[in-house]
Amino acid sequence: MTTPRALRRRAARGQRWAGWLFVLPALVAYSVFVIVPLAMTVHYSTLRWNGIGESTFVGIDNYVRTLTDPTLLGIIANAFKLIVFFCGVPVILGLLVASLIRRIATGMLGTAARTILFLPQVIPLVAAGIMWTWLLSKNGFVNQVLSAIGLGGLTRTWLADFGLALPAVGVIGAWVLLGLCTILLLTGMSKIDQALYESARIDGASPWQEFRSITVPALRYEIGVCITVTVVASLAAFDIVYISTLGGPGTTTTVPGLEIFRLAFLGRQVGLASALAVVLVLLVLVTVLPIQRLTREDTAR
Amino acid sequence: MSHPANRARTWRVALATSILVSGLAVAPVAAQDASPAAPRPDCGTEPVELLAYFETGFPIAQALADEFTRQFPNVTWNVREDQFSNLIAQTPRLLTSDNPPDLIRLPTMVTLVQDGLLLDLEPYVTAFGWDQWPESLLIPHRVAEGGRPRGEGDLYAGGLNYSTTGVFYNKEQAAGIGMTEPPATLEEFEGLLAAAKEAGLQPIMQWNAAASGGGLAFPLQNLMASLGPVTPINEWIYQKEGATIDTPSNVAAAQHLQRWIQAGYFPEDVNAIEYTDSNARFAGGEGVFTFNGDWQNAQYDADAPGAIGFFLFPPAEVGGGHAAMSSPLTYGIAATAPHADCAAFFLDWVATDPNARQINVDIGGSSPGGPSDLPLPTVAEGSITNETLAASQVVAAENGLMDFIANATGDIFTGPGGWTPELQNLVGGQQTPEGLLQAVQASYLDDLAQ
Repeated sequence: MTTPRALRRRAARGQRWAGWLFVLPALVAYSVFVIVPLAMTVHYSTLRWNGIGESTFVGIDNYVRTLTDPTLLGIIANAFKLIVFFCGVPVILGLLVASLIRRIATGMLGTAARTILFLPQVIPLVAAGIMWTWLLSKNGFVNQVLSAIGLGGLTRTWLADFGLALPAVGVIGAWVLLGLCTILLLTGMSKIDQALYESARIDGASPWQEFRSITVPALRYEIGVCITVTVVASLAAFDIVYISTLGGPGTTTTVPGLEIFRLAFLGRQVGLASALAVVLVLLVLVTVLPIQRLTREDTAR
Repeated sequence: MSHPANRARTWRVALATSILVSGLAVAPVAAQDASPAAPRPDCGTEPVELLAYFETGFPIAQALADEFTRQFPNVTWNVREDQFSNLIAQTPRLLTSDNPPDLIRLPTMVTLVQDGLLLDLEPYVTAFGWDQWPESLLIPHRVAEGGRPRGEGDLYAGGLNYSTTGVFYNKEQAAGIGMTEPPATLEEFEGLLAAAKEAGLQPIMQWNAAASGGGLAFPLQNLMASLGPVTPINEWIYQKEGATIDTPSNVAAAQHLQRWIQAGYFPEDVNAIEYTDSNARFAGGEGVFTFNGDWQNAQYDADAPGAIGFFLFPPAEVGGGHAAMSSPLTYGIAATAPHADCAAFFLDWVATDPNARQINVDIGGSSPGGPSDLPLPTVAEGSITNETLAASQVVAAENGLMDFIANATGDIFTGPGGWTPELQNLVGGQQTPEGLLQAVQASYLDDLAQ
């Protein structure tokens, strides 16, 4: 005879197995599409290999090269410069725009503003890149406007200017990501208890004080998500750069994503490309994990 | 050149491979003894579908394929097209796939030969009598055992045609600045550039955007071959042991180019101008001169009929001999291609069939190659192709043929330290002529070390 206890234990064990069974499809998919390719990339990064023929094991040579070659270091630095535009501008501007919409644009106007701001997020990045290439060209809209308002001296071929090509690429990224951040922050704002604002107003707080002391602290989690998404977007940028400048002029806008693609498929240096890819993954993790931890602690509190 | 005995051995090995890979449905040559008297391979009479990869934007390949099917109705085509840059990325994978192409446009070939992905065409050289053609047509497609250097060894590809490059000019504007005949020396040419600038014209229209690749490589290489000998440049492109691009005459060439940039001979936004924009602007009258190749002839004839002329870049001194970049429209056959014999027959047909040669000149604008005793096809009067074809004869006679410096390695055109970014740097005042060549040479050695 089976005791009730043994039955319970068997049921519990069965449940545990059932649990694993439910997880299994996701686990298999994750392994096949994420873990295995990642492990293969790490393996390739220790080889000198053209992708087809014989490969030789070279240990950490590719990593040494990635971290000492001034050109490759410059390319990695470009990605960090992009953070200012891809992350800084959308998050700060997104906060301001979201509070403005919340404060003054209600009803139809608010919906319209939200839709327009979110539109760049819906457009494929390639299309956005092409559109901005036209806007920023020598006879493009930006220069036409500058000439029309008497600032003809400022006109230039933005995407071919050594000093301004990277900021110009950054502007394209900021335009794309601003909508995403604004919508995220707006959603967060709708959860803030209105009573907090009322009592602040009774205490005579200015709109700026309300913003600093109520809105921003309440939005820490949303801000964290915004920063995470946009930092990853800047460090792993590819589409916008590929379409708008292809890394030029010189190598002023070459970013790691572009260089990995070029090294692997044009230069056929699969080992070096993989090493750069692994370094990029680590850099993304090192940059993003502290942000995650910061926002999580804050929400816990 | 490889040793004749070596050649004969490769002949048999390749033939054996070709029998193996082409299976049972093979053209007659496979069953024959490996002697030059063997019947010429052809496409047989059974239905054949050739799988081919062509380059987008170059209608010549499709036009030739259509005519081929008209003459040999048992042959049909499964054509896929892609951009040149995509082809560079995809060719190795296409060649190793289960469904390898019978005919494919090759952007580069050295590494493909290293990896054994291309069919050795040496057996066909004797079978079709290609050894009777001018050797200069075959040299670009010869690769030594192990992949290096190019320019000698077995044959691994064929050319659909052979382009010629040089200087195109706007006839009206050139006459306006006093050009009555093509400049005889570099000094005369530079005088014309100065005169054009003086007259408020755009002296040179050129592209140099990263998306199209650095078009300033054209005038730079012309200057190199004007101020120095051609052979070292070719040796560098063909990866001969110890070759360098950083020579005193090449530095002088880069210095000339820098002076042209500083004098405002190129458009201010040249680093943002793409290939198609450059051609449209030149045909529209912006630019007295442009550096380009005869593949653009048909477009120029259509956009500005009779208004554009052509001359070869002048030597530094009178009687110095002309040089020009000229490269074949290279097509190879996968090592495992199912219809290799038919594809090779197509390559032979392109160079020898009168209709094919005519199509090549009409649509391709380039010399069709083939045996030197075949007459050149006639060209419509007033077409710029008359001038480029005549020029191609001059360069060949003066031994001035060069491949493109952009083709030296797979990475040398676009990679950091390659021609495109470094020429952009030169335009932007971020690089010196000496530094340009040092950077490219370093990048070249780095590529070879891989």
